[in-house]
Amino acid sequence: MALLNFLKPKNKLEEGGRTSAPVQRDSGEPEKKCPNCHREIPLSRLWANDLVCPCGYHFRMKARQRIQMITDRGSFRELYSNMKAENPLNFPGYDRKIETVRAASSEKEAVVCGTGMVGGQKCCLFVMEPYFMMGSMGSVVGEKITALFEYAVQYRLPVIGFTVSGGARMQEGLLSLMQMAKTSAAVKRHSDAGLLYIAVLTDPTTGGVTASFAMEADIILAEPGATVGFAGARVIEQTTKKVLPKGFQTAEFVLEHGFIDSIIPRLNQKKYLAELLKMHSGRAMV
Amino acid sequence: MSQAVYKRTDKRADEHAYKRTGERADEHAYKRTDERAYEHANKRTDARAYKHVYERVKLARDSKRPTGLDYIKNIFNGFIEFHGDRRYADDPAVAGGIAKLGNVPVTVIAIEKGHTAKERTYRNFGMPKPEGYRKALRLMKQAEKFGRPVICFVDTSGAYCGIGAEERGQGQAIAENLSEMSTLCVPIISILIGEGGSGGALALAAADRVWMLQNAVYSVISPEGCASILWKDSSKADAAAASLKLTAEDGKSLGVIERILSEDDIGTKEFYDRIRTLLTEELKELSRDVELTQNRYDRFRKLGAAAVIKE
Repeated sequence: MALLNFLKPKNKLEEGGRTSAPVQRDSGEPEKKCPNCHREIPLSRLWANDLVCPCGYHFRMKARQRIQMITDRGSFRELYSNMKAENPLNFPGYDRKIETVRAASSEKEAVVCGTGMVGGQKCCLFVMEPYFMMGSMGSVVGEKITALFEYAVQYRLPVIGFTVSGGARMQEGLLSLMQMAKTSAAVKRHSDAGLLYIAVLTDPTTGGVTASFAMEADIILAEPGATVGFAGARVIEQTTKKVLPKGFQTAEFVLEHGFIDSIIPRLNQKKYLAELLKMHSGRAMV
Repeated sequence: MSQAVYKRTDKRADEHAYKRTGERADEHAYKRTDERAYEHANKRTDARAYKHVYERVKLARDSKRPTGLDYIKNIFNGFIEFHGDRRYADDPAVAGGIAKLGNVPVTVIAIEKGHTAKERTYRNFGMPKPEGYRKALRLMKQAEKFGRPVICFVDTSGAYCGIGAEERGQGQAIAENLSEMSTLCVPIISILIGEGGSGGALALAAADRVWMLQNAVYSVISPEGCASILWKDSSKADAAAASLKLTAEDGKSLGVIERILSEDDIGTKEFYDRIRTLLTEELKELSRDVELTQNRYDRFRKLGAAAVIKE
């Protein structure tokens, strides 16, 4: 009996994946393999579906694409696009690394900030970039997010943030660690001003970002299957010498343990966020 | 069982405080090591600086160093320990309570590593779990209510990474501390006495003043971890240690800490007296500060801003 266990779905995503309809494909079209259902999905179909596989697997998404998906057409105005990092500690190899990443991702840093409309409601947005050193938080990320929250307090705007991060950026040493305290203080000020902050945790949200602004939102949402945790799974396995439970550190796991409000699939996110913004836009009853 | 262990360690700690500091302190004081550390510190510009920095990391981890409770018992009078986070459990890796600094009641919180193998196991090697951070926050909020300053002693290789810690929201616990400490209405002084490991240390160091012992280290990641991630080779930890800029001098030049405490006489009565005097003076100054939380905000606000180029 136990031998057949490998045939059973490993998670909720797979349960749906095995039975969904076969994928139509044109010959010669580029395809991407889904790590969940192992089918080759034509790229055009993935793009049309906001990078969600028909089986429900959410591929990682570039920050700009996500902004396009979430904000009303043409409403996004970028802020602080002129900020970029230097190598404050002269860390060996960091200059070269950041140049390469910049060229490859065509982003200057691992977060894009700005204002925009979501379902007709104005808000501040920050979206982290998985293809820029896995969204690691260095001085610039900390500075941009802090500045955005200060901007939001000044103009009394809600903030929506999409987090993707491997944690603090070790090449900036202590300075990147300090960004945790800096962003936390800015989020707290925003909160004390009575303003709404919604965080959407996407794959992966870990380390210093989990331990600061990702977990400080009024409403914390997550994408299905996203890795959400503090310490790395491999590190925990090595330290404790225990086999980690199935589904450890996933969005479903943190939901079960009470640390997020809800899991919202990507395709419903815009509507859901717009609804939340709307419900917080009026004055409370007096 | 854990209660019994606790009683024993508590008793031991008490003995420790009441015995004249003499012999006990000498044990702590580095006989030869201290001199060596000093040499290393002075030779840091040397071509072999790499190795020296890593030596200091090892020194910071030395189990013979005074631990958090040693500082509490020797600097303050009448320490009364409080337990538990009122949510889940009591974390022995974090010890806290109230004590008197001279005549002023203060809240003291320390990450405690323990000295002997038994103590160290009981204290989880100074790696706090979420309940430890929540206990610390509870004590800080209590301090705020009664207008007591908060003094933290930080000595941890990092927040504990374990299955239970993740289940109970290690990240959330640290985040909440950072957020609440940023607006706490009483002065907070944190002293890094050994290892300052990443978010686990910062969760007790989002303070008005952060001081470091001369041979303490403060880093975003352990040198071993950094080397194994970046260079896939944890034996390059010495190079990583040098690159991470984790010594007290580096912390000061980056503006992350305000003061370096000399370790020449570590563990002696004079050493603790000196820290007591510095704390008393600093608290006097901080308690006169009407813009306390604004200044604390600005203290962190400027960190890293210089590393940003605006085009």
